[in-house]
Amino acid sequence: MEIQEKIIEKTLLFVALSSIMILGLITFFIFEQGLPLIWKIGPRAFILGERWVPSQGSFGILPMIACSFWVTIGALALGIPLGLACAIFLSEWSPPSVGMVLRPAIQLLAAIPSVIYGFWGLIVLVPLVRNYLGGPGLSILSGSLILGFMILPTIISISEDSLNALPPSYKQGALALGATHWQAIWRVLIPAARSGIVTSIILGMGRAVGETMAMIMILGNAVKMPTSFLDSARTLTTNIGIEMGYASGDHRQALFATGVVLFIIIMLLNSLAIFLSRRRAG
Amino acid sequence: MKIYLSWFFSILMIFLQIVGCQRSRAGITVAGSTSVEPFAELLAEEYMSRHLESHIYVQGGGSTAGIEAVKSHAANIGMSSRSLLPEEKNLYAVTIARDAITIIVHPKNPTTNLSLSQIKQVFSGKIRSWKELGGAAHPIILVNREEGSGTRESFQKFVMGKEEISLESLVQDSNGAIRQVVSNDPNAIGYISLGLVNEKVKALKLSGVEPDVTDIENGTYTLVRPFLFVFSGEPAGEAKSFLEFVLSPPAQNLLSKEGLVSILKPSGK
Repeated sequence: MEIQEKIIEKTLLFVALSSIMILGLITFFIFEQGLPLIWKIGPRAFILGERWVPSQGSFGILPMIACSFWVTIGALALGIPLGLACAIFLSEWSPPSVGMVLRPAIQLLAAIPSVIYGFWGLIVLVPLVRNYLGGPGLSILSGSLILGFMILPTIISISEDSLNALPPSYKQGALALGATHWQAIWRVLIPAARSGIVTSIILGMGRAVGETMAMIMILGNAVKMPTSFLDSARTLTTNIGIEMGYASGDHRQALFATGVVLFIIIMLLNSLAIFLSRRRAG
Repeated sequence: MKIYLSWFFSILMIFLQIVGCQRSRAGITVAGSTSVEPFAELLAEEYMSRHLESHIYVQGGGSTAGIEAVKSHAANIGMSSRSLLPEEKNLYAVTIARDAITIIVHPKNPTTNLSLSQIKQVFSGKIRSWKELGGAAHPIILVNREEGSGTRESFQKFVMGKEEISLESLVQDSNGAIRQVVSNDPNAIGYISLGLVNEKVKALKLSGVEPDVTDIENGTYTLVRPFLFVFSGEPAGEAKSFLEFVLSPPAQNLLSKEGLVSILKPSGK
């Protein structure tokens, strides 16, 4: 019996470790494939180069980094106010019956596949932008709006959790000192839940930076430095997604190298989120 | 515990048998260009209806992916919509049909005809407004295929020459996506396979020549590229018999009906 227990224990340990091994393998292969090209053309030329024309050997990903940045900022500009407002309402005002409808609906928003968001954006949002604001419609603005909706569930649920986790005495104390309900929320509860809210925003950013399918469909994927929100552009992820089918040789390695940059950005964002949420717990 | 184990093994055995059976029903895999894929699927269906014991799996992925797959023996046949590169010349390639690249615009666009040099200037970003082509004063929205696409490489070679396609152009990763964007935007212009033109977009004449099978066959429409089947060596077995079928008159007629140009000489010429 004891041997059996041991076998089960070791098997489970192995299975548990395999998930980390897969992460390790993915990291290893992305870097193994991508780093040689970065060294070959130089990290500066790769990250700060403005021309991406693989057939001529130009591999500069600054336009993609810039676009990822623009789209993410745009998404946060929509996602933070909307998400925070929703979290505050759910945690402070919503009667239980409303919460019972709203919470599952928000979870559902997270469960919709990104290709559906992309398709909806392409059919509904893009023509609106094209007809009312000009340009091709396939633009950073359209992408930002869609991403803003996509990161809402992350921002709402984590912010709401951190507001709910505050000791009731904070709010009671503020109210007892004569603050109105809104003053208590704005001056006491939100500052107290700040690290959780910031974590939710950073995780939302991670989602925004990593989104691929919807962005391929909506951004139009032009390879140039964005100059306005109505411009078409491509993010780091869409650069990989759109070109991997036909890439070979250096071009393929350059896509892996794009992946390396993306990987580092996502790792930094997630580490920051983990660091902030640990600080909250401690 | 023992009962569980025996259950586990019997389920495992059944599972292995199913997997084993599927393995033994050998088939061939055809992978590559998304331009060739819909036609290869059609051919595979037709072939399988004649050879009930055979299985042909058709996958997309792109010309280069298909050629890579043939090299690594992951696929028996690669589909390519571009000519082989010098470093790929050790592979065995057979032209199965020819395809025309068509310049398309929105049906409401009044433009019907462009010359090769006009198209070149439009796609290099020198002509930026439909006004310069006799239309309304709207900016031209270029829709382009992604870097590495066989269709794009052919377009670059036949139309652009040394000139670079404007970096401001939108990029879509399939013929269908280009058609989708052009069919939605009255100011857009793009290029796709002739076989995939439908009523939602308008095919432009090239210097007065309609892109149709007769003009392609007699050589007046010049934006024509080969569709290739690529093999790692001399084709053999099932792959060889599929290739023979594809080159046979019934299969070539099927391709002609779908808008491709048969490699067989039309009768009377």
